[in-house]
Amino acid sequence: MSPAFDLSAADLATIWAGLIAFAVFAYVVMDGFDLGIGILFPTLKPGPERDGAMNSVAPVWDGNETWLVLGGGGLMAAFPLAYAIVLPALYAPIIAMLLGLIFRGVAFEFRWRDPRHRAFWDLAFTAGSVVGTLAQGITLGALLQGVKVAGRGYGGGWWDWLTPFSLLTGASLLVGYALLGATWLVMKTEGETQAHARRMAGRLGAGVVACIALVSAATPFLGHRYVEHWFAMPNVLFTAQIPLLVAVGTGLFFYSLRKRHERAPFLLALGLFALSFAGLGVSVFPDIVPGAVTIWQAASPAASQGFMLVGAAIMIPIILTYTGYAYWVFRGKVGTDGYH
Amino acid sequence: MLDHLSALTLARMQFAFTVSFHFIFPAFSIGLASYLAVLEGLWLATRKPVFLNLFKYWLKIFALAFAMGVVSGITLSYQFGTNWSVFSDKAGPVIGPLMAYEVLTAFFLEAGFLGVMLFGMTRVGPKLHFVATVAVAVGTFISAFWILSANSWMQTPQGFAVNAAGQFVPADWLAIIFNPSFPYRLTHTVLAAYLTTALAVGAVGAFHLLKDKTNPGARVMFNMAMGMVAATAPIQILAGDQHGLNTLEHQPAKVMAMEGHYHSHPDGAPLVLFGLPDQQAGKVRAAVEIPKASSLILKHDLNAPLKGLDSVPRADWPYVPIVFWSFRTMVGLGLLMLLLGLVSLAARLRGGLYAWRPLHRFAVAMGPAGFVAVLAGWVTTEVGRQPYTVYGLLRTAHSAAPLDAPAVAASLLAFVVVYFTVFTAGAGYILVLMRKAPATLEPELESAADQPIRTAGLMPGPAIDPHPPGPKSPVAGDPS
Repeated sequence: MSPAFDLSAADLATIWAGLIAFAVFAYVVMDGFDLGIGILFPTLKPGPERDGAMNSVAPVWDGNETWLVLGGGGLMAAFPLAYAIVLPALYAPIIAMLLGLIFRGVAFEFRWRDPRHRAFWDLAFTAGSVVGTLAQGITLGALLQGVKVAGRGYGGGWWDWLTPFSLLTGASLLVGYALLGATWLVMKTEGETQAHARRMAGRLGAGVVACIALVSAATPFLGHRYVEHWFAMPNVLFTAQIPLLVAVGTGLFFYSLRKRHERAPFLLALGLFALSFAGLGVSVFPDIVPGAVTIWQAASPAASQGFMLVGAAIMIPIILTYTGYAYWVFRGKVGTDGYH
Repeated sequence: MLDHLSALTLARMQFAFTVSFHFIFPAFSIGLASYLAVLEGLWLATRKPVFLNLFKYWLKIFALAFAMGVVSGITLSYQFGTNWSVFSDKAGPVIGPLMAYEVLTAFFLEAGFLGVMLFGMTRVGPKLHFVATVAVAVGTFISAFWILSANSWMQTPQGFAVNAAGQFVPADWLAIIFNPSFPYRLTHTVLAAYLTTALAVGAVGAFHLLKDKTNPGARVMFNMAMGMVAATAPIQILAGDQHGLNTLEHQPAKVMAMEGHYHSHPDGAPLVLFGLPDQQAGKVRAAVEIPKASSLILKHDLNAPLKGLDSVPRADWPYVPIVFWSFRTMVGLGLLMLLLGLVSLAARLRGGLYAWRPLHRFAVAMGPAGFVAVLAGWVTTEVGRQPYTVYGLLRTAHSAAPLDAPAVAASLLAFVVVYFTVFTAGAGYILVLMRKAPATLEPELESAADQPIRTAGLMPGPAIDPHPPGPKSPVAGDPS
């Protein structure tokens, strides 16, 4: 399945593949640290420490999660065939993700409304974040290993997604989001909480590097010409930079952590995510259902993609502007002493 | 319990369950967002503290309702794919972009400014905060616009072609967006959201007036809510009537089901008030009828012929008993809303709006009526569209994902358990907030006594003084 990459096709479908990849990455960048804080919540002390961590994301989590809706909705609109194959194939992890995100989302409000059951909603916050993250990671792994396609639909069973590889990607994302959460707290908190977050960030950073190495080592065994994508000329001139940059980024990350920089660890952790994401793109592109369907085969007609592109071109810059504004409004440290 | 059901039936139950739960929250938050914008606007214009207090009071409730609406809505945006993948593949090129526009123009707007609206008053100051509140309110309306356009297209599809793969592909976007049932459905649904909110606000106001008829916050909210009900209920009944006529034109079988007309009536159809529709036998048992009244309502002519379901192939019948009863539930509640509006007008004219306890009890009883009516109306239009997802073109039975029944049974059970746990708790928290009387100095969302950490570390910003310098308005004074 290797359609010629001619210009007439390198068009709307490619642009929309890029836009959906952007939405997914924006989601990972923004909701990753929210979910990470949920994952790390049990390691924070009840009281001001937990409350401060929660407050650092409370004003923005909802907007962050909207990128997930754009990713899903955009996939349905721009690549309906892929949406129709992939979602039933990943039925169990996606339902689990949705249920996890429900608990995570309402916990932001409910824990304040019900002090007597705050411990329960804190647990729901963590459990929801962990389940949501694991499910997202498993989804990624199951997609990479490929799904059975029959006609214009999914042709496999409802447990196909469960493999050692998908569990590995699930666990990796858990460590990765926890790292984003820890470095976010390094940036947004002070004192004891910050010191704790910095210690966690060090351990999680090592874990993330191990995870990147494991997933990278396992991916070639999945088939689907992933190796070819990486080592064919002239691609290799570009792809070779990715592991190199991961090594450099890792070094800088630990350096900045040791130097007690406050913003750099978070930004460098995001950088590692960006590189991993680019690596995935190299492996998969131009397939949208790996090994089965390309973006051109799955694309909705130009009348659909073009109509949406007008909206996306106008709205996404506006959205990024006011999202930036919202973050700017809530900039700075969430101290723990402002409320006494 | 679920093992004798097919995967299709289970998927339908799951969608009905999750969409019904979800719909409750936007039905409330669309109206409440506008109400909050009005309250904050009135506060900025008059600087009367009662408006700011009411704003803070309802903001806490809005935050809960909105959070539940968001998390239950995400489920739906993925369920099209997980459970209705064939429908998504075929209809995705048409309704997918409508939903993408909803995300781009509405969801981000709401979510982006919600944080400022909930937590940002001290950071951005009242004017910019008002902008955020208005942005959220506008966002809820834009969201309704797009999702109802998509739903209406499924009811009255036009502006499309069918390609070789069997997909609906767009031919004329304006025709798709402004499909025949859309203007009616949008009007009817948005008015329903406003009425629902007005009834809920009115019930809370009445509840507190029953305990203390001098409470200024309760008086203002009751006054505003009853005015809204009195003004909107008659318009809504008119809009519903027009929506029904539009349905008669484009989806006659749905109207036959609503009316309980299994049989054709060549010279004037009766209005079936009540009865027991028997789908098997194809007739309504124990019917209480007004002769020829249905023809009068639908055709404005006592003797106009009206076709019944006997003119439609049986395989294309919607399930009449559900549509018949949900429609009567909606109409009955609508008439009660009209009555409440009229009674409140009478009380207002006689100067007893805040003192006449039977009115307050009536208003409290009507508090949930909007939610029930909205759901009943939704059931009417959705079950009435059956057996199709895209009316007349794509059958529900041919829309579902190729999933095993146990997979759907498991997810349905999980949804039921989680939704009842989470949303029962959330509804309970909303009721607890509503039971508290609006205080003269309503605590900030960010610094209520029961949640001391909310403001943790918020940088000192321009503080909001509920009593700005200038002509002093008595805090407990009657603002009306």
